Amino acid sequence: MVAELLRRTWAMTWKDVTVELRARERINAMLFFAALVLFIFNFALGPDREKLREVAPGLLWLAFLFTGMLGLGRSFQAERENECFEELLLTPGDRESIFFGKLAGNILFMVTAEALILPLFGILYNLDIWGLLPSLALVAFLGTVGFSAIGTLLAAMTAHLRAREVMLPVLLFPLTVPVILGSVRATEAILGGGGLGEVSHWLKLLVGFDVIFLVACPLAFEFVLEE
Amino acid sequence: MGRGALATRVLGGAAGLLLAMGLYLGLVVAPPDAVQGDVQRIMYVHVPSIVTAYIAFFVVFCTSILYLWKRDLRFDALAVSSAEIGVVFTGITLATGMIWGKPTWGVWWTWDARLTLTAILFTIYVGYLMLRAFAEEPLAGARYGAVLAILGFLDIPLNHLAVYWWRTLHQPSSILRPGGPSVAPAMLLPLAVNFAGLVLLSTYFLVERIRLERLRHRTAEVRLKRGRRG
Repeated sequence: MVAELLRRTWAMTWKDVTVELRARERINAMLFFAALVLFIFNFALGPDREKLREVAPGLLWLAFLFTGMLGLGRSFQAERENECFEELLLTPGDRESIFFGKLAGNILFMVTAEALILPLFGILYNLDIWGLLPSLALVAFLGTVGFSAIGTLLAAMTAHLRAREVMLPVLLFPLTVPVILGSVRATEAILGGGGLGEVSHWLKLLVGFDVIFLVACPLAFEFVLEE
Repeated sequence: MGRGALATRVLGGAAGLLLAMGLYLGLVVAPPDAVQGDVQRIMYVHVPSIVTAYIAFFVVFCTSILYLWKRDLRFDALAVSSAEIGVVFTGITLATGMIWGKPTWGVWWTWDARLTLTAILFTIYVGYLMLRAFAEEPLAGARYGAVLAILGFLDIPLNHLAVYWWRTLHQPSSILRPGGPSVAPAMLLPLAVNFAGLVLLSTYFLVERIRLERLRHRTAEVRLKRGRRG
């Protein structure tokens, strides 16, 4: 049962990753956009290094989330443009695997972008983050999972709406406030020199959020896809 | 005029009467606050509004579950109408809160926990209404809306926790607290009357809004039939 779910999930993810590797429609745009965001922040805030250091955690997460949103918005694009939603629905068996497959792809793309943003951020803003990378990566991963879980569900939903480009962020950001708050506060504490122990309550909140929506979103997904 | 229409009018009239009474009690009869003076009277609108909004959002949550379960469009009509009412009363709460905040805290807005939470709630349900407006197919819109309402409701406790850890400044709740309410009885009465008035008013809106929804469905049906014949 679990093996079957994993196999089907993997098939879905593999399909999305293969398409992406061949077309490079999403990841290139995400990576370039991420670099641009970091670049633009500099003009918005001025070159004052002390000031930048203070707002660094927030900037980092804005870069993560905006880039992630860009990727999420395209996660059902191929199906919609080629009218393949019906084919997707015709695959026998549970639809949860479609959700988890899409989700795994989205997390993979977002994590790839974050892997570029994090070092670039350290270089451009002169922050000594190299020793802190493991704890930053943990927080980034926990935040990414929760954000992508709701994001994947909402992307499937907004794919069928008018004004879908606007509707995804409009629905996604209010619902992910706990993720944003938790991740930014945890990152702040880590960059400030406190260990993971200092932010354990935020980490617990992130884990709780991830668990709740990893259970709720696949269940809700069935209702979204239904024709 | 049918019996239903008469009952609705009586409901609307009773709501108006109660609200007028509540305003009189709050603005004239109740004593001014010992510290804040007359400004505090805004509470008689502020507090009942937010409670009404929360009730409305709870109704959205329940009817959304019922819709996904029973697939009866009447539940969906209830959910949309209730969401509209909730958004209006959350808006009133935010507006009156700002007007109250300026003279007492010195600022229109501050990122205090409860204010932030109310603002988040407002954005979630405005998003819900936008989703409903942008859905191309009514049935799909109903399903998406129900899913969003359930997710939004699950999100509330998490938001609560996150925002409270982040900051707190608002005066603590003085009615729902252990050891009984700390509000003077003379102030409690206008609160209760206004609250009852707003609940009746919401019910009245709900009934009328659902009637509108039903008329809309019927118009669509008639149009469809005409089109087929012609």
